[in-house]
Amino acid sequence: MKILVCISKTPDTTTKITFTDNNTKFNSDKVQFIINPYDEWYALVRAIEIKEQSGATVTVINVGGADCDAIIRKALAIGGDDAVRVDVEPEDAFFVADQIAQYAKTENYDIILSGKETLDYNGSQVGGMVAGLLDVPFISMASKLDMAGNVATVERDISGGKEIINVQTPFVISAAKGMAEARIPNMRGIMAARTKPIKVLEPFASEKFTSVKHYDMPKEKAGPKMISADHPEELVALLHNEAKVI
Amino acid sequence: MSVLVFVEASEGKFKKPAYEAATYGAKVSAMLGVEAHALCIDEADEAELKTLGDYGIKKVWFVKDARLKNFDPLVFAKVITQAEAQINADVLVLIQNYNGKAIAPVLSAKLRAGLVSGAIDLPLKDGNSFLVRKNVFSGKAFATYEMHSAQKIISLIANSVAPEKTENSAVLTEFKPELMDADFKITVKEVVKASGTISLSDAEIVVSGGRGLKGPEHWGMVEEMAGILGAATACSRPVADIHWRPHTEHVGQTGIAIRPNLYIAIGISGAIQHLAGVNGSKVMVVINKDPEAPFFKAADYGIIGDAFEVVPKLNEALRKFKAGN
Repeated sequence: MKILVCISKTPDTTTKITFTDNNTKFNSDKVQFIINPYDEWYALVRAIEIKEQSGATVTVINVGGADCDAIIRKALAIGGDDAVRVDVEPEDAFFVADQIAQYAKTENYDIILSGKETLDYNGSQVGGMVAGLLDVPFISMASKLDMAGNVATVERDISGGKEIINVQTPFVISAAKGMAEARIPNMRGIMAARTKPIKVLEPFASEKFTSVKHYDMPKEKAGPKMISADHPEELVALLHNEAKVI
Repeated sequence: MSVLVFVEASEGKFKKPAYEAATYGAKVSAMLGVEAHALCIDEADEAELKTLGDYGIKKVWFVKDARLKNFDPLVFAKVITQAEAQINADVLVLIQNYNGKAIAPVLSAKLRAGLVSGAIDLPLKDGNSFLVRKNVFSGKAFATYEMHSAQKIISLIANSVAPEKTENSAVLTEFKPELMDADFKITVKEVVKASGTISLSDAEIVVSGGRGLKGPEHWGMVEEMAGILGAATACSRPVADIHWRPHTEHVGQTGIAIRPNLYIAIGISGAIQHLAGVNGSKVMVVINKDPEAPFFKAADYGIIGDAFEVVPKLNEALRKFKAGN
């Protein structure tokens, strides 16, 4: 079985977000970049667990410049077998998904996994787009994935509950919490990752349909209105008369 | 030329997000000078489908196909693309809920159309530019996207646009998609519904508890407040991780991101990961005995005090208020 895991580079969760060039570009100066946690903790780790159970191969794919090699090496240290990097700056989700889909078409992967969304653009787009471009089933927000031969049993979150489904390979999954527990790479994994291959590909011809015109920041709050713990009825009045939410 | 809104019903009835999407679609259609259409795949009767007209939808397309009872994003996207081709839609609108998150990107791939997911405002036309604003960096900033494709897909975050009634009535028309049995590749074995609770993503008010509540046995007062307010209950990540509450209630960056009108956080310190999932809330109330809790900085209203003393008193005040209103 061949598994492809899509990983993206995102600013660390605690990053203070700022912009440059008249608020048209994200300021990456002094920003610590990490593997998008949903890609790492859930998609990648579950792929590695399946590999450990059934002898699958796990390839990691990233669309990005050479500065992404550090996060790719980490994914390999966690247990990926090899990696592919499409050497182009990711600007638009469709463009990224199309790069992944065009590469995936050449290799016939059984399972393609991504995180449910990225920490930076929060779009929940790439997984579904890859599925649409490859015309294979897409199971979004999956919290459990078990394989028996080429049939998967998947739990996915739905509004007000969850659904348990069966689907045959090939398919694409976007992974949410519950899929796996995060792993920390050990020294053996880190050493092994140094010699694992990263194949660098020229970008495929594609299209971009969206671009960020500018960014802005939420207005700073003046600070909360404090209410005495002895008079919570004042809060009720404020929520009704001032905030008008009850 | 038209705007097509994909609406979902729940047990035959539309909930507020469907009317929000209808209102949004009607406003976009007015901006573009085209008609607003809606497509409903769920079983909703004629009277229910007609209610979409009250929110500015001119034509409602409904699909009757028992095979569509189970959700499959690829199949749903196929139905929507066929409807889109028939009515020549320029803009497709969906709600960014669980199903919308699955369908919208597949639609984008199939139509080769730009997608802005998680929109929070109506689009703006600036000359030839079509601009859509959304939250980015887990709510720490906003980005205004320019959409370049001829067709555009927008998925709207629930609670971003208030439903608005207009003088209008809708024409109902059955839409018969061409589907083959081979299109259905996902088999639903079981649906597990969380019983008797208000869905977190639909809720207008959410009452949430954290580690400050000290144990699952103390959640009665949280549920009581939710009952008085008609709210959904939620919790912080540690609470779900130690199994005091189910993971379906976990709000925050790794759990569910929500945007209710009112979020009441009890005994939650407000870690950056928690805030990332709730900072889209219109109004935030924080109750915490630690005056240094970082959540107070993000809050609109705060009470410093022991939850075990404050919450019962607050519940009493809320009950009195509800009785008089």
